[in-house]
Amino acid sequence: MNYEKLERGSRVRSRLLKVLAYALLIFWALAVLFPFYWMILTSVKSYGAYYAEFTPKIFTLSPTFENYEKIFSSQEIDLMGSFFNTVIFSLLTTAIMLVVTVLAAFGFARLKFKGKDLVFTLFLALMMIPSELVIITNFYTITDMELRNTFAGLILPSITSVFYIYLLRENFAQIPDQLYYAAKVDGTSDLKYLFRVMIPICRPTIVTITILKVIECWNSYMWPRLITDNKDYYLLSVSIQKIGDTFGRGRSDDPSMMAAVVVVCVPLVVLFMVFRKQIMSGVARGGMKG
Amino acid sequence: MEKNNLKGWLYLLPAIILLAVFMVYPLIDVLIYSFEINYNMTSQTSLGVGILNYTHVLHDPDFIQALENTFILVFITVPVSTGLALLISLALSSIKKLRELFQTIFFLPYVTNTLAVGLVFMILFKDTPQSVGLVNVLLEAFFGTRVDFIQGPHWAKMLVLCIYTVWMVLPFKILILTSALASVKQDYYNAAMVDGTSKFRTFRKITLPMISPTMFYLIITGFIGAFKAYSDAVALFGTDLNTAEMNTIVGYVYDTLYSQTGGYPSYASAAAIILFAIVLTITCINLMVSRRHVHYD
Repeated sequence: MNYEKLERGSRVRSRLLKVLAYALLIFWALAVLFPFYWMILTSVKSYGAYYAEFTPKIFTLSPTFENYEKIFSSQEIDLMGSFFNTVIFSLLTTAIMLVVTVLAAFGFARLKFKGKDLVFTLFLALMMIPSELVIITNFYTITDMELRNTFAGLILPSITSVFYIYLLRENFAQIPDQLYYAAKVDGTSDLKYLFRVMIPICRPTIVTITILKVIECWNSYMWPRLITDNKDYYLLSVSIQKIGDTFGRGRSDDPSMMAAVVVVCVPLVVLFMVFRKQIMSGVARGGMKG
Repeated sequence: MEKNNLKGWLYLLPAIILLAVFMVYPLIDVLIYSFEINYNMTSQTSLGVGILNYTHVLHDPDFIQALENTFILVFITVPVSTGLALLISLALSSIKKLRELFQTIFFLPYVTNTLAVGLVFMILFKDTPQSVGLVNVLLEAFFGTRVDFIQGPHWAKMLVLCIYTVWMVLPFKILILTSALASVKQDYYNAAMVDGTSKFRTFRKITLPMISPTMFYLIITGFIGAFKAYSDAVALFGTDLNTAEMNTIVGYVYDTLYSQTGGYPSYASAAAIILFAIVLTITCINLMVSRRHVHYD
C-alpha cells in the first residue's frame, strides 16, 4: 500500500514538473514573440490612429502601409541605401575573413616552422583585447589613410578575429596526419591538399564561422558609426540609431520608426527560417568549442 | 616532416599583418596615449607625460556613473540570464513535443539587430504625454501606477536595460546549454535511476557537474560581454547617454572620443585601458574560481 502511495506521489510530482516546464516555456516564448508582434502591429497603425489611442490597443481595425511609404521616401534616412551597404560590407568582410582565417588556421595546424607555437600563443593572448579599445587608434589610422567614409575603411579593421582562427585551427588539427602524408606521397602540394581535402572535411566549421561573422557584421555598430559621417556610407545599425533619434525621440513618430525596424529585421529572420538548422547548429558548435 | 619555415610564415602573413596593424599597434598606441596629457591630434603634441588622464577620468562624474551602471548591469544580468537559461534548457530537455518549435522561437532574438529591437522595447516601456507604452498600461491595471522606464527614475531605466539585455543574451545561452545537457552521457542517469536517486539529487550531483565547463564558459563570456554593453543603452535611451545618466563604460570611451563633447583621445584611452584592466581582473577571478568548481572529464 505504501508503495502505491509512493508511486502516485511521484507521478503527481512528475506531472506537476511537466506542467511547470511547459508554463515556463510558453511564458518565455510569448516574451520573445511579443516584441515582434508589437513591432509589426505598430508599423501598420496609421500615425493618427496610433496617437489618438492614448493607451495602445493590441490590435488595429484599419491597417495601413503609410508608414512604410514614409520611411522609404524619407530624405534624411536612406534605409535601402544602408541596407545595401550592410549587405556589401557583410559579404566582403566575411569573404576576406575566410581567406585569411583558412590560410592562418592551415599554417598553424598543418605546417611546421620555427616559432609556430610562440606565435599561436601570442594570437590567443590577442583575444583578450576588447574591440572597444582598438577602435580608438584604428579611427586615427584609418583617418590618416584617408579611408573614412569608404568601404575599405569599414572593412579592413573588421576582418580578422582570432577566435575564428582558433576555432578553425582546432578543427584542422583533428584531421589525422596520415591523410597528409598519403597526399604528400602522391605529390600533392600543400595548397591543393588544403583545398581538396581539409576544407571539404571541415565544411561544418567553415559554415559556422561564416554564419557567425555575417551576423557580427550585420549588427556592427560602433566602428561604422565612428568612421562614417557621410549618409551614403551608413550601415543599417547606424541608420536605425538615427531613425530612433529623429522619428522616435525627436518627432515622436513611432509607427514609422517601427516600420523601419520591421524592414531591418525581416531579411535576417527570413534567412534564419530558411537556414535554421545550419545557423543553430553552427552557433552551438562555435559556442561549445569555446 | 620538413620544416618549411618560409611557407609557414607566408600562410600566416595576411593574418599577422592585419592583426599587427589593427590590434597590436592600437593596444600599444592606446596605452601610450593614456599617459600623454592633453594630446592634440592636429599638432601631434602633448603637454607631457603623466597620470593626469587617469585621475581626470576617475574623478569625472560621468565616468563614475557609467562605471556604476555597467557594474550593476553586469552583476544583475549575468546571474539572471545564466540561471534563466539553465531553467529553460532543463525545461526544454524534459519535454519531447514542440521542442523544436520552442527552440526556434527562443533563438529569434539572436538573429535580429540589437538596436532595432531595442527601439521596440523603448516604445513598450515609455510613458510620455503623447503615448503610453503597453507595459505601463498593464502596470496601471494591476498596480495603479505608471512608471516611465525610459525617461523616469534611474532605477526604472536600469531595470528596463537589464530586462532588455537578458532578453537579448538568452538565445545564445539557451542554445549552448541545451547542447551541453544533451551531451551528458545517458549512462550516468541510468545508474542514478537504478540507485533510486531523486530528481533533484541527480541534478545536483550529475547534471550540474557535467555541464559545469559550459556554465563556466557562459558566465565568463557573459561577464566580458556585459562589461562591453553599449548598443542596448543607445537603443533604449538614445545617443546622449550622459544626460540620461545611463552611460556605460564603453559609451563613455566613445563619447569622449568622438561625440559633440569629445575629441579627447587621451581621456578616452585612459578609460579604455581601465576597462581592459577590469575585464582582465574579472576574467582572472573567474578562472581561479573555476579551478575549484568546474569538473572536467
